[in-house]
Amino acid sequence: MGISIDVKNISKRFGKKDVLQDIDLEVADGEIYGLIGPSGSGKTTLVKMIVGMDRPSAGSVRLLDKKVPDLTVLENIGYMAQADALYTDLTGRENLQFFSSLFSLNKAQQKERITYVSDLVNLTTDLQKKVSTYSGGMKRRLSLAIALIQDPQVIILDEPTVGIDPELRQTIWKELMRLKHSGKTILLTTHIMDEAEKCDRLSMIRDGKIITSGSPKSLKSQYDTTNLEDVFLFAGRESQ
Amino acid sequence: MRVFALAKRIVIQMLRDKRALALMMIAPLFIITILHYLFSNEDVTPRVGVSHTNDSFIEYLKEQDVDVVQYDENMKLKSTIEDDELDAMVTMEDDNYVIILKNEQTGTSKAIEMKVKQSIASIQKEKQTSELSSFIEEIKQMAPQLAQLPTLAPEDIPEVEKVYVYGDEETTFFDQLAPIFVSFFVFFFVFIISGIAILRERTSGTLERLVATPIKRRDIVFGYILGYGLFAVIQTLIVVFYAIRVLDIILIGSIWHVILINLVIAFVALTLGTLLSAFANSEFQMMQFIPLIIIPQIFFAGIIPVDTMENWLQFIAKCMPMYYAGNAIVDVMYKGLGFEYIIIELFILLAFGFSFMLLNILALKKYRRI
Repeated sequence: MGISIDVKNISKRFGKKDVLQDIDLEVADGEIYGLIGPSGSGKTTLVKMIVGMDRPSAGSVRLLDKKVPDLTVLENIGYMAQADALYTDLTGRENLQFFSSLFSLNKAQQKERITYVSDLVNLTTDLQKKVSTYSGGMKRRLSLAIALIQDPQVIILDEPTVGIDPELRQTIWKELMRLKHSGKTILLTTHIMDEAEKCDRLSMIRDGKIITSGSPKSLKSQYDTTNLEDVFLFAGRESQ
Repeated sequence: MRVFALAKRIVIQMLRDKRALALMMIAPLFIITILHYLFSNEDVTPRVGVSHTNDSFIEYLKEQDVDVVQYDENMKLKSTIEDDELDAMVTMEDDNYVIILKNEQTGTSKAIEMKVKQSIASIQKEKQTSELSSFIEEIKQMAPQLAQLPTLAPEDIPEVEKVYVYGDEETTFFDQLAPIFVSFFVFFFVFIISGIAILRERTSGTLERLVATPIKRRDIVFGYILGYGLFAVIQTLIVVFYAIRVLDIILIGSIWHVILINLVIAFVALTLGTLLSAFANSEFQMMQFIPLIIIPQIFFAGIIPVDTMENWLQFIAKCMPMYYAGNAIVDVMYKGLGFEYIIIELFILLAFGFSFMLLNILALKKYRRI
């Protein structure tokens, strides 16, 4: 199995503040990888550097064997930002149409994908409404639909399930599992430990450092506990 | 293709934003109309009070389109000017004329001064002629052999015929300004609208989202120029046709050249607005560029003659797109000059526009290196 995301020794500083320090990360093809950590720990900054929207102060990122940033790689990356980046004066459908036309999809494929992803996030009946009338959850779902619009090989989701009701969260996770089984690679950030359990492997981040990594099972046995929250606490103490 | 997708999205968004659309299309017409009526009021006839002067002086003044009010008694001159809404008062002291000017409008004062001097000159001439005539008559009587001497014809003042290179005697100050104003407001309103372009994209977070797609930086800039450009073209056509057809602003040269110049200046405003919007973090910060970048443009657009300015000001003028646009538009609309006179200006303006576009593509590097 190949490596979809290869993060080598990344550091990022804003002025004098170290936001990320010596991050190493490898995400294999077809796995769900979680970045767990409280807000402000540097998850979003890391994700942005992986996508190529931000430059690391040191280190490098390779995505699908290409050095980031690379436009051809972005063709295969689905990205969902933490803050909903939507055109609120457009309808849901217009948002999907716009983003789908930025990728190499022909008209028929665009149409097909729009129908598919909007059904997936349960927005089909709301597509004609302007996004400014959407609730927070609906906006999240639309953002997710946009991330999946071109059927990307690698899916990077920054806090995908915030503000989404439990039932829909389950649907989304089911879809993520399905995507994984069809060979897609998924990197997501979360601060919900329950979601961390569902990842194949995860890294716990605190204050810009990875404090521990591994599969949920191995982490729990390593720290001799039954839940990941304790792992986070123990690992956090260790690293200080 | 991505350029068109972006442009299409901008067009949809723009059509939804009725207020911005109205601002772009109607506000320039509103302002040009007001200016037109502000400047096109005819020269008012000055009201001048006279006392203790002679009748012929009054006649001459009246001949020169002066509203003459006669006063007989001695009165307080200054307060009379105020009370009777006069522009000036003319009276005699000994044998000299005294003009008391209200000087509320310096232009009116100058005009009155000139007219009074002319009237005095006419009286002098009349006096000289009649003195000369009577002198000749006296000589004739004294020496009868000179009786064949002609009698003096009184009026032989040469006429002054005026020939104008540009405009004619009907030309008003506004005729020279109007073309500049048309271009300036095209520039201004295109700038205002395009200024919010990338700004909105940034504040909504969608610019960051865009750079996570395979769209190129230059495609983003081109898409914006294309999308907003479409509206800028419509706006320019509306403004130009309104100014020329409805307000009947002076146009000696070709209307196609006028449209061409204004489209080019709209392009400069568009690229400049889009560029600056990449540096503003809020609508208010964008507004701060207006006094800094936009207002100075009008000072150097030709309303105040640039060639008489100090050297350093002339240098600044040459850095302003509106300087070239103002020159070109006056050349075409007022002077009626042909394409060969504006081609250099057009090239310089295009160079401005393309440089702004290039800088814009570079400015987006902040969001993604490639």
